[in-house]
Amino acid sequence: MTRVTMLLALGVLLAAALSVAAGKVWVPLDAWTAADPRSIIIVELRLPRTILALAVGAALGMSGATMQGYLRNPLADPGLFGVSSGAAFGAVCSLYFGYAAQTWLLPGFALAGAAVTMAALALIAGRSGSLILFTLAGMILTSITGSMTALALSLAPTPFAASEIMTWLMGALTDRSWNEVMVSGPLIAIGMAVLARTARSLDALTLGEQAARSMGVDPRRLQLAVIVGVALTVGASVAAAGVIGFVGLIVPHLVRPFAGHRPSATLLPAALGGALLLTLADSLVRLAPTVSELRLGIAMSMLGGPFFLYLLIAMRRRLA
Amino acid sequence: MSVLVAEGVSLTLGGKTVLQSIDAAFAGGRVTALLGPNGAGKSSLLACLAGLHAPAAGRASLDSVDVRALSAQARARRIGFLPQSADVHWNIDVATLVALGRLPWRGRWGETSEDRAAVDAAIAATGMTPFARRGVEHLSGGERARALLARVLAGQPAWLLADEPLASLDPAHQLEVGAQLRAVAAGSSGVVLVVHDLNLAARLADDVVLLRNGRVVAAGAAEDVLTAALVGETYGLTVETGVTATGQRYIVPIGRPA
Repeated sequence: MTRVTMLLALGVLLAAALSVAAGKVWVPLDAWTAADPRSIIIVELRLPRTILALAVGAALGMSGATMQGYLRNPLADPGLFGVSSGAAFGAVCSLYFGYAAQTWLLPGFALAGAAVTMAALALIAGRSGSLILFTLAGMILTSITGSMTALALSLAPTPFAASEIMTWLMGALTDRSWNEVMVSGPLIAIGMAVLARTARSLDALTLGEQAARSMGVDPRRLQLAVIVGVALTVGASVAAAGVIGFVGLIVPHLVRPFAGHRPSATLLPAALGGALLLTLADSLVRLAPTVSELRLGIAMSMLGGPFFLYLLIAMRRRLA
Repeated sequence: MSVLVAEGVSLTLGGKTVLQSIDAAFAGGRVTALLGPNGAGKSSLLACLAGLHAPAAGRASLDSVDVRALSAQARARRIGFLPQSADVHWNIDVATLVALGRLPWRGRWGETSEDRAAVDAAIAATGMTPFARRGVEHLSGGERARALLARVLAGQPAWLLADEPLASLDPAHQLEVGAQLRAVAAGSSGVVLVVHDLNLAARLADDVVLLRNGRVVAAGAAEDVLTAALVGETYGLTVETGVTATGQRYIVPIGRPA
């Protein structure tokens, strides 16, 4: 483990502690014992929310690092892939039909949406292992599921359903419970384990597809692992928190120089960095003096847009 | 000594026949150059020998075993392949780049002292020690070519198959990298090169395989194959050959025959 990884891990611990304590009510960390009535806030609200922020952040950071390594493109984002908007469309369906009253249904629909998109992607990209086909298929699926989401929004049965869909699409961790942790946590863990196994192949891909194959990488197996790993991590993240953009784009970028630019060495720091960023951001939106809580997805986009612009300007200078 | 053989290899890519029943044998400890006009099938033959394409007919065999029947790892350990593209997609440093050559050997628990020794030896053999910590984006073309060669050498393969390793290098670097390739063959590995420059082939190769339109025109020792008649026939050119005062053979294309 490098120094940066250890610093990030330390940061994650501190951010988690802050996230448990911070909010409309500040709860000291020693109030978790049953004797203190505030322990309910910690155990039932803050703890699941903190765990979700850590898990979703780690999932997005690591899947972003994997996508960038796989596509060998620093601008790749797990959202490009269609799974994120497929999961969002699934969740929107459950809101549209008013099923979301039951706690399990919305994440269930989101996961189904992610699974269908993943299967479609695997079918279209097929057995070729081709990057171009894969990228285009992902973009097309994103656009199809995005338009279906817009359709559901415009045809929403009641203004209430429309506003619910709008709010959900912005992404947040407000009022999440242990249910979401139990649904998404294990899937994210499995997905991250699948992604971790691609590490070596991602390194080999640094030298291009032909060299990687000559080093023993099977492009079809690698593509399948990337599809399954990203679908699990991103699908489960969207099911728990809605669409939260830019984490998967920004974090791998920030940690890459410290990992010596090696794709495999970027995965763990990107997971830790994602967990740190999202947990910190989620604590800050709770503390922000706004009337209703600022949506986490909006906060991340407001961070992400300017960052994207900065990246573009930096790259333009280098390319010019 | 290891032997790599193309046995009646035919290859179809995208509906086009690029190789037609190629028979050619390559000997360990020697440098063999694949020569021929553009589209002759040199790179395709090299990729078949590396096990990267499935031939439509025939097979490439390494010591009488079909290279496609070897496990990906076993093949990667024995055959080092240096592709034509010099792309390195991330700005990793030279030591990290060269260490990629150890991937086929890497155990579950990461780098061993053996891995590190092989990487250091490959970096030293290519004269890249002063650049070991430099990012690839900050290397010149010649340094990058040497670093990429070191990557393959770090895997200590019995065979080095290189697709135009000398293209886009200046003459001084061509001679330098060429000497390193000869040193690899002297260390008893087999070296197969795709080359475009006839004079470099004459200088570096022990054996030459001349290809045209996916077929073998001639194969054998360099001095027997690189004659004005055979080279002229392969490229459809009039060719003059000779020997310099220092004993270097040279081949000069004159033009289309009248």
